[in-house]
Amino acid sequence: MEKILLKNIDNPDSAGIEEYIRAGGYKTLEMAVTQMTPRDIIDEVKNSGLRGRGGAGFPTGMKWQIASMDPKFPKYLICNADEGEPGTFKDRPILEKNPHLLIEGMVISAYALQSTRGYIYLRGEYPLAAGILSRAISAAYGKGYLGNDILSRRFRFDLYLHRGAGAYICGEETALIESLEGKRGQPRVKPPFPVNAGVWNKPTIINNVETFANIPYITEVGGKTYSKIGSKDSPGPKLFSVSGKVVKPGVYELPMGITLREIIYGHCGGLMEGRTLKGVIPGGVSTPILTPEKIDCQMDFVHLSKVGSLFGSGAVIVFDDTVCLVKVYERIMQFFEHESCGKCVPCREGTGWMRNILGRIGSGGGTDEDLDTLEDVAKNVAGKTFCPLGDGAANVTLAFLKQYRDEIEYHVKNGKCPVDGLPHKDNRESHGGQSAPVEQT
Amino acid sequence: MTREEMESKDNETLKDKITGMKRTYPSIQSVLMPALYAVEQSYGWLSQDAIQEVSNHTGVPAAEIKGVATFYSMYRHEPMGRHLVQLCTNVSCLIAGVEDLVKFLDKKYGLLPGGTTKDGRLSLCLMECIGACGNPPAMLVDGDAYDNLTCEAIEQILEKYE
Repeated sequence: MEKILLKNIDNPDSAGIEEYIRAGGYKTLEMAVTQMTPRDIIDEVKNSGLRGRGGAGFPTGMKWQIASMDPKFPKYLICNADEGEPGTFKDRPILEKNPHLLIEGMVISAYALQSTRGYIYLRGEYPLAAGILSRAISAAYGKGYLGNDILSRRFRFDLYLHRGAGAYICGEETALIESLEGKRGQPRVKPPFPVNAGVWNKPTIINNVETFANIPYITEVGGKTYSKIGSKDSPGPKLFSVSGKVVKPGVYELPMGITLREIIYGHCGGLMEGRTLKGVIPGGVSTPILTPEKIDCQMDFVHLSKVGSLFGSGAVIVFDDTVCLVKVYERIMQFFEHESCGKCVPCREGTGWMRNILGRIGSGGGTDEDLDTLEDVAKNVAGKTFCPLGDGAANVTLAFLKQYRDEIEYHVKNGKCPVDGLPHKDNRESHGGQSAPVEQT
Repeated sequence: MTREEMESKDNETLKDKITGMKRTYPSIQSVLMPALYAVEQSYGWLSQDAIQEVSNHTGVPAAEIKGVATFYSMYRHEPMGRHLVQLCTNVSCLIAGVEDLVKFLDKKYGLLPGGTTKDGRLSLCLMECIGACGNPPAMLVDGDAYDNLTCEAIEQILEKYE
């Protein structure tokens, strides 16, 4: 497949504006502002069937249409570059090696949505990308692709970089808005939706890095041609970030709808010699784990929900028989506990409780009742929280309990791990590290 | 220059920086996150004085600023060593053996998670995912990224950070 999102990234100068222009960059922007109306672009995005690449898969064209119908101005355009879902590193190559593709996508989007100001909300953990993006933004201003009278047309768009500071929850769009407003990143109740009342109470269009990176191509070839790539209900190219126990982990640009088997065995070189597959997390740690017999499932927003999981961000984490999943899920719960913003009690207390139970089971002190308690806690978190963080934590626990009960029971019965024959180190007292600021006295 | 003069010059640039940031956002409160990064850089960490200074330049109450600052785990909420090691311990790094590296840092440097070495050279933070899952285990040292870590590699890398 011809590369669209990762085009030219093997070139060492790919992040520079000269190189980007030499490879045909910013031509589509020029074409869009001279030959198309904002309405035309929104129609092409609608026809493309593009669905948001941040994890939720909301149709981008529909989001844009709702925002464009709102009579309030100014409209803010925000790029969600707070890629924090463990296992996800797909946006990094765009941010670090192809930043002008993102900027071109954002400027075309701004023209379509008549937005005059945009922000890139970049996670604090990407200091390299911060420098590259700042330079890329300055370079785009220098060439007249940002600022006043872009390409000598009566169209202006200013773009700023805003750095996060290590809060996963700020990837949730309303928490991101709070954070951009200089507040604690706690999600807001919806409705109103950001498209009508977002940042500073103005219509706000928030899209993922990869979503914006698709816009120049859609504008160039048209929505209909684009929609022929990938699967019918979730078209387009997709970046998959594959990690864990495969021979060649990394970021792969592949069509939507490819099977997990093709990704693992066809592109990532399969497992290490002599190992067997134990399970796969298909879309980051907030998506339920799949057992090996389900890996022929197509990777897209439609098919994964049919086998009890979710597409998420396309972050595939592969586990072989050397991995203890009780340990993995204790770590995942520690993550959710640390990242819970504390607004909803079921999530704030439940994630810590689940982490504690999994820690006890792993270190050899678990009882049969622990399994029931774990299930009970998970069921009392699911559906009782403001944002999807609590749901994610609960649902992945329930899926793990259902599908890997034997392994959990082995720990309870034998007081040790089936992988190495030893109990896990008890982390229950000393977990965390980045968290819990020490109080000044 | 006397110490006082130098300090006042330092404060001047900080004030300028924060004033410059105000052009980027339509509300003053929005300046907090970049302003906190800026004061952290000049004070070394977010001490009460540092937070008070942000308050002086923005008009946002210090208590409100502290509430915002402590929500975010990447700000430095306590004094730290000269170099900050941010080691990822999330799933992909965990199954690549990061626990051995945590033990190594303790054994070799007496460096514990959340702690600083006795000579004030290194501080360690265990991180949630830093987006380097393809080449685990991974860390940042003062913002420079390193991956595919082993105990030997860490030892060699840290030699550069005196």
